[in-house]
Amino acid sequence: MTRYETILLQLYEILKPYEKEGQNLSDDTELLSDLGLDSMKVMQLLLETEERFDISIPLNIIPNVRTAGDFARQIEQLTEQR
Amino acid sequence: MALLEKFRQLAEAHEALVRTSTDPFRVTIERILSPTEAIVNGKQMILAGTNNYLGLTFDPECLDAAAKAVYEQGTGTTGSRMANGSFNGHAALERELADFYGRRWCVVFSTGYLANLGVISALTGQEDVILIDADCHASIYDGCRMSGAEVIRFHHNDPGDLHKLLRRLGERCTNTLIIVEGIYSMLGDQAPLSEFVALKKEYGAYLLLDEAHSLGVLGEQGRGLSEAAHVESGIDFIVGTFSKSLGATGGFCVSDHDEMELTRYVSRPYIFTASLCPSVIASTRAALRIIQTRPELRTRLWNNARRLYDRLKELGFKLGPTLSPIVAALFDRREEAITFWNGLLEQGVYVNMILPPAAPEGGSLLRCSVSAAHTEEQIDRICQAFESLRVS
Repeated sequence: MTRYETILLQLYEILKPYEKEGQNLSDDTELLSDLGLDSMKVMQLLLETEERFDISIPLNIIPNVRTAGDFARQIEQLTEQR
Repeated sequence: MALLEKFRQLAEAHEALVRTSTDPFRVTIERILSPTEAIVNGKQMILAGTNNYLGLTFDPECLDAAAKAVYEQGTGTTGSRMANGSFNGHAALERELADFYGRRWCVVFSTGYLANLGVISALTGQEDVILIDADCHASIYDGCRMSGAEVIRFHHNDPGDLHKLLRRLGERCTNTLIIVEGIYSMLGDQAPLSEFVALKKEYGAYLLLDEAHSLGVLGEQGRGLSEAAHVESGIDFIVGTFSKSLGATGGFCVSDHDEMELTRYVSRPYIFTASLCPSVIASTRAALRIIQTRPELRTRLWNNARRLYDRLKELGFKLGPTLSPIVAALFDRREEAITFWNGLLEQGVYVNMILPPAAPEGGSLLRCSVSAAHTEEQIDRICQAFESLRVS
């Protein structure tokens, strides 16, 4: 399993509470439109992810994150910089 | 999605709100009677949501200064200081603010919002890092975005979390600006400033403190939380506004760093907007003198705040964590806050209603801001209105 895939699996665990009924999380899952995250939930998600991966997530990356896969790639980069 | 399609959701939410409530975003003050009373919807109201902490909007010295300035210098400056030049009053106010804080430099902006935008975007760029308290005001978030710097939030009022972030940044700390506020506008809580100052010194970062709600409110001389916490020399940049305790509009930043003066040449929100009009400059200068010469206003403000805070607490309302001139009653349910706010309006009490996502932690709150100009009777009437709605 690649590092990206490991991160993605961990990310699914964090995203699980936001999953809607009948939905299956995948790297294509869109955080806003599919999971319906609003600004408060996005901030909560960032905090949980920071805790889980022991990283600081710059707010600037948010515009580049649309899907769970995008988010996992960003986390991968941030954990490499650590 | 078509250009205007994104407004549909907003329109639906707004329509749903105004079906059951007076539109909280369009309250019109038909006639202002004093710093604490107005006619709203044809009815006399006690104003308890104005941020007019010292009640100076109708102070005779401020009124006279503003009126004299209008007649002597006209109604506006009709352009930016960079292009049209500065009036004497602009320069005088900057000197007086610098003296008030005991700092070398001061730059005045046209609003408090622009002060944050202008200072943050001038001080930091793409190579830099900004660490902001998660509950910072929107103007700080917008300034960060404008700067292009890497922006990382830390948990509200949590020096431990800030410490963790600074440790992770390592050598980049010297390129890092930490931003916190003196008093936070929603719940009225204060930053643990001494701990933040110690951290910024330990890691060689810079610290910007927004004293918008604490200027004139905290400290023996009214200089804010930095004075009250005895850490003024540890703050690199203090930003403030004229639109709260000073009773006007405008903003400023003071600093001992010589580069502060140079920000005038790179700060777009300073350069590309019209400068403050003479009457505003004049009333602000008068109000700044009053802050320094009438400490009894602060005493009255805190007495009023204590009266309201203690009584609402006694009545069982869930309030912000500390006594402050911002007294926020927290509601778990949005609908409950809306109903309560409308009830207060019917009883002649105007407060601010803050709905998600504007309030911390996704809650709803009714935010009162107390003024030195409130009488004890007015504070008691506010409490009675809260009590009657709680019972019913």
